[in-house]
Amino acid sequence: MVELEAIRTWAIVGLVVVGTFFLTVGTIGLLRLPNVYNRMHATSKPATIGAVAVFLAGFAYFGPGGAGLSSLIGIVFLFLTVPTGAHMISRAAEQTGVPFLGSVTWPGKSDDE
Amino acid sequence: MVAEGTIVPVVDAAIVLVVLLNLLCGYRAVLGPTIPDRVVALDAIATNVVAIAVLFAIKTGRGLFVTVSLVLAIIAFLSTVAVAKFVTEGDIIVMQE
Repeated sequence: MVELEAIRTWAIVGLVVVGTFFLTVGTIGLLRLPNVYNRMHATSKPATIGAVAVFLAGFAYFGPGGAGLSSLIGIVFLFLTVPTGAHMISRAAEQTGVPFLGSVTWPGKSDDE
Repeated sequence: MVAEGTIVPVVDAAIVLVVLLNLLCGYRAVLGPTIPDRVVALDAIATNVVAIAVLFAIKTGRGLFVTVSLVLAIIAFLSTVAVAKFVTEGDIIVMQE
């Protein structure tokens, strides 16, 4: 029983460290990348993975009861909503005329214009 | 309990680090060249706040704050969609003629 408790402790610590690392990577990408679309890529994928790892740490801490189940629901909610929001922001940026870098074009408009 | 002595310092350090990351995201939200930049930065801040709420739930052992993080995630998604639609259309709710 003591070994199981130690494994749970190390799982929680490892998941918190991995989540914080991915949140750090997302923030560095948000600060350093040159364009709106690249920054949106940096904040949508690594920040989502970091938040999902922190949610998994919450699931490992609270067990499969009430709060752990809420953590799993949070993971599903993040995987559903973050790509939707990122897609809507990128479409709004393209419609307001934020320029692309280099030879990058919007999908479907490459040959016409 | 074996767990408390090891988990709490790590979670404290993680909360401090994510708060500093939020300050850096605030730099991009203030100085972003275009409006979608600011929206992306505010979305990243909202994701970090969700992570802070879950870390606080782990630190204090209260499962209520996981539900708080879910509500924060819902508010972040709704605000992102609303601001994107406002930037595109100019109005969010339009009356049908």
